[in-house]
Amino acid sequence: MSSTSTPQSPETGTARVKRGMAEQLKGGVIMDVVNAEQAKIAEDAGAVAVMALERVPADIRKDGGVARMSDPNMIEEIIEAVSIPVMAKSRIGHFVEAQVLQSLGVDYIDESEVLTPADEVNHSDKWAFTIPFVCGATNLGEALRRIAEGAAMIRSKGEAGTGNVVEAVRHLRQIKNEIAKLRGFDNNELYAAAKELRAPYELVKEVSELGKLPVVLFSAGGVATPADAALMRQLGAEGVFVGSGIFKSGDPAKRAAAIVKATTFYDDPKIIADASRNLGEAMVGINCDTLPEAERYANRGW
Amino acid sequence: MTTPLIGVLALQGDVREHLIALASADAVARPVRRPEELAEVDGLVIPGGESTTISKLAELFGLMEPLRERIRAGMPVYGTCAGLIMLADKILDPRSGQETLGGIDMIVRRNAFGRQNESFEAAVEVAGVEGGPVEGVFIRAPWVESIGARAEVVAEHDGHIVAVRQGNALATSFHPELTGDHRVHALFVDMVRAAA
Repeated sequence: MSSTSTPQSPETGTARVKRGMAEQLKGGVIMDVVNAEQAKIAEDAGAVAVMALERVPADIRKDGGVARMSDPNMIEEIIEAVSIPVMAKSRIGHFVEAQVLQSLGVDYIDESEVLTPADEVNHSDKWAFTIPFVCGATNLGEALRRIAEGAAMIRSKGEAGTGNVVEAVRHLRQIKNEIAKLRGFDNNELYAAAKELRAPYELVKEVSELGKLPVVLFSAGGVATPADAALMRQLGAEGVFVGSGIFKSGDPAKRAAAIVKATTFYDDPKIIADASRNLGEAMVGINCDTLPEAERYANRGW
Repeated sequence: MTTPLIGVLALQGDVREHLIALASADAVARPVRRPEELAEVDGLVIPGGESTTISKLAELFGLMEPLRERIRAGMPVYGTCAGLIMLADKILDPRSGQETLGGIDMIVRRNAFGRQNESFEAAVEVAGVEGGPVEGVFIRAPWVESIGARAEVVAEHDGHIVAVRQGNALATSFHPELTGDHRVHALFVDMVRAAA
């Protein structure tokens, strides 16, 4: 699906430009921020991008109600405040929120289960935009359905706003295991695999050949410590999203910088140990097995 | 030298794509994150990524001075996008405290071609690369405002300088590593061979 021939005149919004943008974020940390001040703290700590949203997932959980796209003023203030890329969330299937975000000049849209879904059948047609999208997935089939709809980056969902890494581990392992399984399949088996994954055959075949997704894969939903970030990297994530974990902790600037270090040196326990010292209080966290089904964001999207 | 050993600065960014491109251009490529790893390579690629993040991590982990020393001593180095910014002697609009390595007498403007909405692909003629234009992938790309006497323009797009060479240092504001076309990497591997 990626374009192979280069046009003579400049062309925007190509698959290569959208997916290539995510390649530039690899090895980095994308941080949730709710105002310009937090965005600057994130940038100073070495974040590769910020996710602008009105409430971090932990507060969305606490407050309840419908969670929507953020106020354009707040997004613009954040765009003004930092030079790193700015991402923002639209509700699942709410393609008008996505149109608004594109018009504001955000660099990436997260069609996110953390917000209340606007459509319980359809996700947005992401090919219709020049701006790239990242989407969450709990397994390979879900990831490939999002890519078929035009997603240029995937993040394993985890369970946002819990400060508990257990679901992030579950979803990333699931995706990686299913990719490894496909790798061993012969051509005859790929058709049935596509049917079982409920994903387009061409994408299934591509994953089988590449041994990885055709787009960048990050991890999200529950990372709260430097060791959590390094764990997700060692499990195969190409980078991490950290939501509530930073600005719901005792010393956000210090914790943010520590998570950045541990994400780069994810395979060096000494550096992770140093990064983990004296960080102050981590966010309290929620045990995911006590979460009622209706409060599990990972179940949103299909 | 038969097969040069070329490092890719692996603090953050599209490291994997550069490793693959270098390997297909007949070099041995390996990631570099520590001063002792830097000491072993014959040349270095600074990948695309976030220039603020890369410079912070380089500072934190004591790589800035070793990198500057090797570049001053003539180690061949190639930077793409964020890497081009790192190789500039001066940034027009730096973030507070943003340091570069320097090495090329040029002034760069970050994100000069615009935000992601304006990111684009276009064919680019690169001096020293035979066989027609390369596929230029420009992502929130910088351009070069001006160059000093020691630097030479290697490519332009739409009236702006997008690739520069000065001695053993090469920089492009676009990303050849994201295409299957490895001719620019081959040019750099030749530079590393010639410097040996």
